[in-house]
Amino acid sequence: MSDSLSYFRQNRLPHIWCPGCGHGTVTGSLVRAIARLGLDKNKVIVVSGIGCSSRAPGYLDFDTLHTAHGRALAFATGIKLSRPDLKVIVMTGDGDCTAIGGNHFIHAARRNIDITTIVMNNNIYGMTSGQYSPMTPKGMLGTTAPYGTVERSFDLANLAIAAGATYVARGTAYHAPLLIDVMEKALLNKGFSVVEAITQCPTYMGRKNKLGTAVEMLNWFKERAVNVKAAAAMSPDKLEGKFTIGELYNKSEPEFTAEYSALVEQVRRKFDTFQGGVRECAQNSD
Amino acid sequence: MPNAKLMQGNEACTLGALAAGLDFYAGYPITPSTEIAELCAEELPKIGGKFIQMEDEIGSIAAIIGASLTGRKTMTATSGPGFSLMQENIGYAGITEVPIVIINVQRVGPSTGQPTSLAQGDVMQARWGTHGDHPVVVLAPGNVKECFELTVKAFNIAEDLRVPVIVLTDEVIGHMREKVVLPEPGSLKISKRKAPTNPAGYKPYEADLDGGVPLMAAFGQGYRYHVTGLFHDETGFPSNKSDVTDRMLRRLMRKVEKAEPQMRDYFEESAHDCEILVVAFGSSAMSSLSAVRQARAQGIKAGLFRPKTIWPFPEETLRAYAAKAKRVIVPEMNLGQIALEVERVIRNGAPVERLGKVNGELFKPEEILSVIMGGKQ
Repeated sequence: MSDSLSYFRQNRLPHIWCPGCGHGTVTGSLVRAIARLGLDKNKVIVVSGIGCSSRAPGYLDFDTLHTAHGRALAFATGIKLSRPDLKVIVMTGDGDCTAIGGNHFIHAARRNIDITTIVMNNNIYGMTSGQYSPMTPKGMLGTTAPYGTVERSFDLANLAIAAGATYVARGTAYHAPLLIDVMEKALLNKGFSVVEAITQCPTYMGRKNKLGTAVEMLNWFKERAVNVKAAAAMSPDKLEGKFTIGELYNKSEPEFTAEYSALVEQVRRKFDTFQGGVRECAQNSD
Repeated sequence: MPNAKLMQGNEACTLGALAAGLDFYAGYPITPSTEIAELCAEELPKIGGKFIQMEDEIGSIAAIIGASLTGRKTMTATSGPGFSLMQENIGYAGITEVPIVIINVQRVGPSTGQPTSLAQGDVMQARWGTHGDHPVVVLAPGNVKECFELTVKAFNIAEDLRVPVIVLTDEVIGHMREKVVLPEPGSLKISKRKAPTNPAGYKPYEADLDGGVPLMAAFGQGYRYHVTGLFHDETGFPSNKSDVTDRMLRRLMRKVEKAEPQMRDYFEESAHDCEILVVAFGSSAMSSLSAVRQARAQGIKAGLFRPKTIWPFPEETLRAYAAKAKRVIVPEMNLGQIALEVERVIRNGAPVERLGKVNGELFKPEEILSVIMGGKQ
């Protein structure tokens, strides 16, 4: 535990999250995964966008970047391409990642850039007090869905896999040990990794939808989550109303910044007579 | 002349950026700026730099801000629609004080407008496009050589002041070819942001309240600090205290205002004793200069004032040149943007005549000459 604590900016605590919120559990799980790997604090960069989830980096003792809504992955792409030696982690939420940031999400996955993305999915916009998100299940209530949303929600894991992510896992704030395990593997994957961490928002999602207290919401996760390994042996009937957790995808593919660095080496060998200063430019197209 | 080359404005901007130390470029294709991205894609790998084509212009500016935080000199280039998309993150770079350079090769707007035609309609957007008061510097080259020079200057200002700097060119300046004599490598003044030397006690946003610039640590060097687009105190962590907000915003604005005399850059011809002063920038100023010379040849005391730094506007200098003028004419490829600033600056002086053109075609010198001559030509 002391190892994990040393990764926090303890003077920034307590955090701003509501009583019962699951974001602390997810942040704690990430820090424990980092502690298990013994990552060098000076070589980890944590980037976030806007929303409840995105306040997490402020509490972590790394170089931390709290960016604009939806754009964390684009900022993180600049950092990782510039310094491939750094471990870059993005902490984002369901609205930040899948609505306003959806385009950056699929393109980061497509590039297979070595960024570990933790999506804290509470199925709602918490910071702006309870509007429905692209991850709000159909029929559920939000302040902008007073009669229940008629929109379909994303399957985030399948979206990530289809777009090219090479490590994809799902867990919940109830299953913290599993979260730590999959986050550790996500951090080790040399490529774009996504961990969807389902968390409870008792203040807005819970209250608006009469889901009860934080404990009741956690029990809801416990009752409906099925490990993907167990699910493989279950009939569709038995899986009705359930969702899978655990490691959903893990495949090694060429990583973007490594590929670019290799390209740079190749080009430099070709132009190794360059001495610095203003370069000759052979041609330019119109 | 070994360094004399025939080149386009877009190429000159790129070579200027490389001479200034550009080593990271992110961008999205858009006419008429794309040559800048193409040349960066080709040149940056040769020097171990990085190029990435992002999924849109929002991602492009985000990526260069991220890369700049790791200590690199970064740039993007775009035109109207892309520049509109970048606005939110221009404010982000302003409040977080991350140096970046943006080349905006203007085209006719609004919206998709006329992608391949000339306009100068982004003067006000370049200054006020993002929400809230914010620091920004805008430079406007008037020819191909200045594309090189002012891009170097843009990087230097960005590094010295930790502000976003916009190089505002246009379709004609960007695509026009001229002979440029490139400076000898090593002869240029190149700035580099001031960095702290010790992580202990580092306060990332500690600076003299009278326009001071804080020391900037690069990410990944052990400083472990926080950067946010929320108002923050000297430590970099968010604060919603009213005095912190007030102090910080005033310092950000003062930073640019205080440096204005050192940054100020302009061109004038025959302006010191003119009775008719033409104020123009960028490609409009090329036609204006020709018109002023023709007027002088006919014995008319006309002069040209061409600001190169347009934000902050060189108001003291303009006021001095306009002091004796009986008329002030402002030709520009919009319906009156820089004219608003000219009117403000010389509000008790000569009347300002706006000469706007928005059909996508460059001014002919005769159009401006005719106005100088009072329509009598």
